[in-house]
Amino acid sequence: MGLELYLDLLSASCRAVYIFAKKNSIPFDFQFVDLLKGHHHSKEYIEINPLKKLPSLKDGRFILSESVAILFYLCRKYSTPSHWYPPDLHTRARVDEFMAWQHTAIQLPMSRILWIKMLIPRITGEEVPAEKTEQMLTEVRTNMQLFEEKFLQDKMFITGDHISLADLVALVEMMQPMGGNYNVFLNSSRLAEWRMRVELAIGSGLFWEAHDRLMKLAEWDCSTLDPMVKEKICELLQKFR
Amino acid sequence: MPPELFLDLYSPPCRAIYIFALKNGIPFQLRPVELGRGEHLKPEFLKVNPLGKVPALRDGDFLLAESVAILLYLSRKYQTAEHWYPPELQARARVDEYLAWQHTAVQLPATNVYLCKSLLPHFSGQPVDQERLDRLMGKLRPALQHLDQEVLAAKPFLATEQVSLADLMAFTELMQPTAVGCDLFRDWPRLAAWRARVEAALGPELVQEAHKLVLQPRDPRDAQRDPKLAQELVHRLLERLG
Repeated sequence: MGLELYLDLLSASCRAVYIFAKKNSIPFDFQFVDLLKGHHHSKEYIEINPLKKLPSLKDGRFILSESVAILFYLCRKYSTPSHWYPPDLHTRARVDEFMAWQHTAIQLPMSRILWIKMLIPRITGEEVPAEKTEQMLTEVRTNMQLFEEKFLQDKMFITGDHISLADLVALVEMMQPMGGNYNVFLNSSRLAEWRMRVELAIGSGLFWEAHDRLMKLAEWDCSTLDPMVKEKICELLQKFR
Repeated sequence: MPPELFLDLYSPPCRAIYIFALKNGIPFQLRPVELGRGEHLKPEFLKVNPLGKVPALRDGDFLLAESVAILLYLSRKYQTAEHWYPPELQARARVDEYLAWQHTAVQLPATNVYLCKSLLPHFSGQPVDQERLDRLMGKLRPALQHLDQEVLAAKPFLATEQVSLADLMAFTELMQPTAVGCDLFRDWPRLAAWRARVEAALGPELVQEAHKLVLQPRDPRDAQRDPKLAQELVHRLLERLG
């Protein structure tokens, strides 16, 4: 059995791994774990990852979780071009810095916007209180500004002239609110230009293929939603009250 | 010129870097940043780290934020012993896996427990809200369970057979609520044994020195020094802790 990647492209972390593997022609078996159907809670998947999260990588008997760890692993094992994770001490540190910061500063808030704007209202029929929504959006705006001023600045990409893992991870996460028709790139032409640059460096075909499921989320018939997943979402709404 | 490390030893990631540098004989200039006085939000510090957080590093013209990035930078620049960040593909991946996971799974909930048990009562003058504390401890529990039941079931340290950056980060993080009286290790014997092992590997004196500040009870007069700031902090804490 070759390399297996357990993914649902609805998840930004999964898209980062998928795009990276495809872009670098790394052969793998795509193991679809349907988040909307609650398959990440299945007995089979719990054996792969007891934390029930995506993505996971399985390479022979070696199982690895966490997209950042998976990306570094793939870089090393398949000796991908050095611009993805540059060897220079300072440049590499810049990538590490972003990869660490993004967990709480980008990924979490971007994912929350999708929940607040689309998933929670769609599934429960109730809107999240406006005050909470505004709080979340303010946090996102603040962090996008920090991203632009500290990480991107006037460069083409985060590390300079070439795309790296940092740009890939940043972009797929910032795309998450698009599933709910919320575009975080509207306020800054510099960010919008960077977004396009990253898309082109990846290849538009691959980029939009990876984002297809997310972009179609609005069409999703949520009556097919797994009841356990629905229950969890209703719990989430309680938290926002 | 040795690099400058901007640290507040009240902060677990700062302690991890402090311990790592001293343990490995890495020369540095300590630049204390007092979070309790809001120094991390002042313009002077924001020039060093616009993200407004500790730890931060300045090495000549090179500025770096984020504890994980700083630890990796120091380990590379000063070529520290391999066990901290093993060169083998799978072993390294295990360390990366923990360092990524811990941001939201350990650091976030552990910090919240600490804030509820120590900082909130300190600034509000109110006793600890037990219901809130229990709820927040509940949020940390899955991570402790995972570490005890799954990760440590097969090996003595979190990533490999020897202490690594993963153990260092986890140790200082889990010491935070522990230092203020939350017994995190009570239900988790493997985790308790791991803690002792890590302390022995790092060196008990170094661990004690790094944790001196957080182990001290806070002086209630500190909170009364600036009542308006205290009120603002309480408001923010309540918003964060729910």
